[in-house]
Amino acid sequence: MTALLLLPLLLPCALPALARRALGRLSPAVALWTVTGCAVLLAGCSLAALAVFLLIGLLRLPPFAALGELVHPLHTASAVLVVPAAVASAGALAGSGWTLVRSALRQGRAYRSARAQAARRPPAGDLCVVDSPRPDAYALPGRPHRVVVTTAMLRSLDGPEREALLAHERAHNAGGHHIALAAAELVAHCHPALRGVRATIRLAAERAADEAAAASVGDRRLTARAIARAALAGQAARSVRPGFAPGAATGPVPQRVEALLAAPRPPRPRAGGAVALLLAACTVLSCVASATATAEVHHRVEVAQGEESP
Amino acid sequence: MTDAKDERRPAGELEASVMAVLWAADAPRTPGQVQQSLGVDLARTTVTTILTRLHDKGVVDRRRQGRGYAYAPARDVPDAHGLTARRMHSELDRDGDRETVLARFVAQLSPDDERVLRDLLEADGR
Repeated sequence: MTALLLLPLLLPCALPALARRALGRLSPAVALWTVTGCAVLLAGCSLAALAVFLLIGLLRLPPFAALGELVHPLHTASAVLVVPAAVASAGALAGSGWTLVRSALRQGRAYRSARAQAARRPPAGDLCVVDSPRPDAYALPGRPHRVVVTTAMLRSLDGPEREALLAHERAHNAGGHHIALAAAELVAHCHPALRGVRATIRLAAERAADEAAAASVGDRRLTARAIARAALAGQAARSVRPGFAPGAATGPVPQRVEALLAAPRPPRPRAGGAVALLLAACTVLSCVASATATAEVHHRVEVAQGEESP
Repeated sequence: MTDAKDERRPAGELEASVMAVLWAADAPRTPGQVQQSLGVDLARTTVTTILTRLHDKGVVDRRRQGRGYAYAPARDVPDAHGLTARRMHSELDRDGDRETVLARFVAQLSPDDERVLRDLLEADGR
């Protein structure tokens, strides 16, 4: 039973590699939602497993056993295993809960601040312009959706490139990508291995919006150029450069530009199907393992409560 | 001709495109100049209609120029606004989490990224 509960804690470790493969083989939009869905379910299962470990440990303590109306001792593995597992689970749950709440609050604050900034002047259509010397642009979800662009960004692009930029941000809003991005941020705090998935989900969202923008303006090279010029303009305006380790893997922006400049990939249904199947298998396995183990523990608690025979 | 296709786009999107041109320009623009800098193909009368609508909403200012008007984005007190915008920016910058809900157009580049990007742009012939 205890071994079964370890599965939901271990399976998330497979997700970062699988997610990168999925992005390489599925269409960006499909990869985005598949990976996000799997990450959320795996995070939920791992939290549930921790909660069950904690519950078992608590029910071995007399006060909690009395609270749970246990009339017989709970049948578990030896205390040597159960107590450290419960203590570790409590620590992990507390840590996750703390960072989760903090991250949710911080994101809420950043969102409200951006919303207030966008509301400073009447929009033209869905566009909010912020008069700022720093090139920046982002999609602002909400009712109604907005696209926020700084004057410096508008000035660093030509007319057709600006259309690609607007189409890209509109694709984020139309696709509801903020939901996937928020989910990616939250699951990253639920399990350390899921932190690696966050970058893949972000890249998938950008790639999905890039492809939508390219389709909307009808020109992949133009879209690629707009992204590259915007990124380089942003870099030129930044006085302090980020301290990246030399030789770090190529970042998301060149990957996006490269993908757009390359001819659209012919669909590879078999490779895509295989990776989707693996993702689904991982997730189902995790859900089944945590559900079975939880049901088993529940049964044993009822036995200890004298309501069921062993 | 793409003309008809762009004319049929939602009014909000066309307003956004026109507004983007005005903000990108450093001086007031006439409807004809706006039409030329647009990334979409619109008839000049359509551009004029959009500019008039934006003016009615108070989003743009206009002044007489020749027989028509030249348009520019309506600005609030420039200094005060510039300061507020900068303050908000630095506030948002402090929050590394900003990218998470707000999907940004471009992320920061590493020096390697910058080199790769320049190579890609050059290879593409620009």
